[in-house]
Amino acid sequence: MTSVLYDAPGPRAKRRNVLLSVLFFAVLLLGAWWAWSAMSDKGQLEWALWRPWLADSEAWTTYLLPGLANTLKAAGLAMAIALPLGALFGISRLSDHISVRVPSAVVVEFFRAIPVLILMVFANQFYANYTDISVDARPMYAVVTGLVLYNASVLAEIVRAGIQSLPKGQTEAAKAIGLRKGQTMTSILLPQSVTAMLPALVSQLVVIVKDTALGGAMLSFTELLNARKTAASFYASVIPSFIVVAAVYIVLNLLLTTLASWLERRMRRSKKSTGAVVGPGALDELETIGPKKVQAPDHGYGGGVGPV
Amino acid sequence: MFDFLEDYDLLGAFWVTVKLTVYAGIGSLVWGTVLAALRVSPVPVMRWFGTAYVNIVRNIPLTVIIVFSSLGLADVFGITLGAADDFEALGFRLSVLGLGAYTAAFVCEAVRSGINTVPVGQAEAARALGLNFRQVLGLVVLPQAFRSVIGPLTNVLIALTKNTTVAAAIGVGEAALLMKEMIENEAQLLLITAIFAFGFVVLTLPTGLILGWLSKRLAVKR
Repeated sequence: MTSVLYDAPGPRAKRRNVLLSVLFFAVLLLGAWWAWSAMSDKGQLEWALWRPWLADSEAWTTYLLPGLANTLKAAGLAMAIALPLGALFGISRLSDHISVRVPSAVVVEFFRAIPVLILMVFANQFYANYTDISVDARPMYAVVTGLVLYNASVLAEIVRAGIQSLPKGQTEAAKAIGLRKGQTMTSILLPQSVTAMLPALVSQLVVIVKDTALGGAMLSFTELLNARKTAASFYASVIPSFIVVAAVYIVLNLLLTTLASWLERRMRRSKKSTGAVVGPGALDELETIGPKKVQAPDHGYGGGVGPV
Repeated sequence: MFDFLEDYDLLGAFWVTVKLTVYAGIGSLVWGTVLAALRVSPVPVMRWFGTAYVNIVRNIPLTVIIVFSSLGLADVFGITLGAADDFEALGFRLSVLGLGAYTAAFVCEAVRSGINTVPVGQAEAARALGLNFRQVLGLVVLPQAFRSVIGPLTNVLIALTKNTTVAAAIGVGEAALLMKEMIENEAQLLLITAIFAFGFVVLTLPTGLILGWLSKRLAVKR
């Protein structure tokens, strides 16, 4: 492989690379051995601590799977509610009228600047003060509300990027056949931008799934991380439970990331569409504030499985 | 209307937020740059390690990492970072560790994307002029890479500022924890939320504006 940083290796460089490989691998082994011995010192490798997770279904059916179901429910609900809201604000930010554009920009930038935990804590107290939602159901409501408020503003940016990623000719052709602004948006731009946005939407789901864990730690929402706490105290198994729960999150999110990059590749190849796409990395490319130009994200960035 | 604020150390809580951001920011910048160097190195094992680290850490919720650093690292393994009996300092240091380890994965991706924006032709042209490896990197490639990295790194820094609130999960007395305490004790929900929201806007908006302007000014026009 050639890179901007170095040439194809010659015989000396090859020898040096092999030496470095061996040295680095030795360092890694040393680190792994240290972690292993630390765990065995503290008795965290006992089969009794691992058995409930690996050889028994009770821990999964009683604790982890209901927790995971809540995680997925909260994430799915938040996405489903935030998407229309985000679309509304994203389109408002593209409006020709300054009286529409500026307020929606202010709202979007405001909610993007605030930590999602602040919004969740606010929602939790708001439901406690002003509604009669039961104490058991309140954490779920609070988590979903916090996630919606924050992610609607992020999705607004994704929607805007999706619409702006379409070739200019689409709008021009729509104008040429006499469509009004509203018609252009609803029948030409939006349908095409939905497919262009799909990869970015799926990778935003990863962010939402990760944020649900906040509700578990701070608002006693019974999702996966919270279920781990209950299960860990029941089986007296701290480290193994963390490793298992982290593995569940990693597998779930890697599946979503892989889906996102597969969608992105498919969009780029697609014969039916204009090939416009907002990739998983596009949001990081957006500057935080001010007028934005969306560039096509470069390959192998944000997908996490692309070539190095 | 504002007199209840005197019972709370509002500025102190935001100061903890700022300190968390700065320490974790420096830590993640160093560790993330090392990871990026591993990921673009000519040695396959190093590339593999960097890729594995980034993919694993990015896909675990930050909350899990922070809670683990308290319940796992400190309680089980006794990694107390020199603050075994001081609960306040221990939580703070563990949070910096967790935030740094997590943010480093994103710093690594930002730096790597910056290196990737330099066209291969630049290095080829530099070599064609007869520059050696050190000159190619030091005079041509890295200056361009650093300039295009400022934008993505700004986004990482702003995300880190907001992520420091997760430290509340292990009882670090920063802004989000104080807010939770305040809205439970005072009947001023909207006002208190507005104050804390404003605090975070004050922290993130100038950062975004200044660094955004800088990144536009320094970006290599292509």
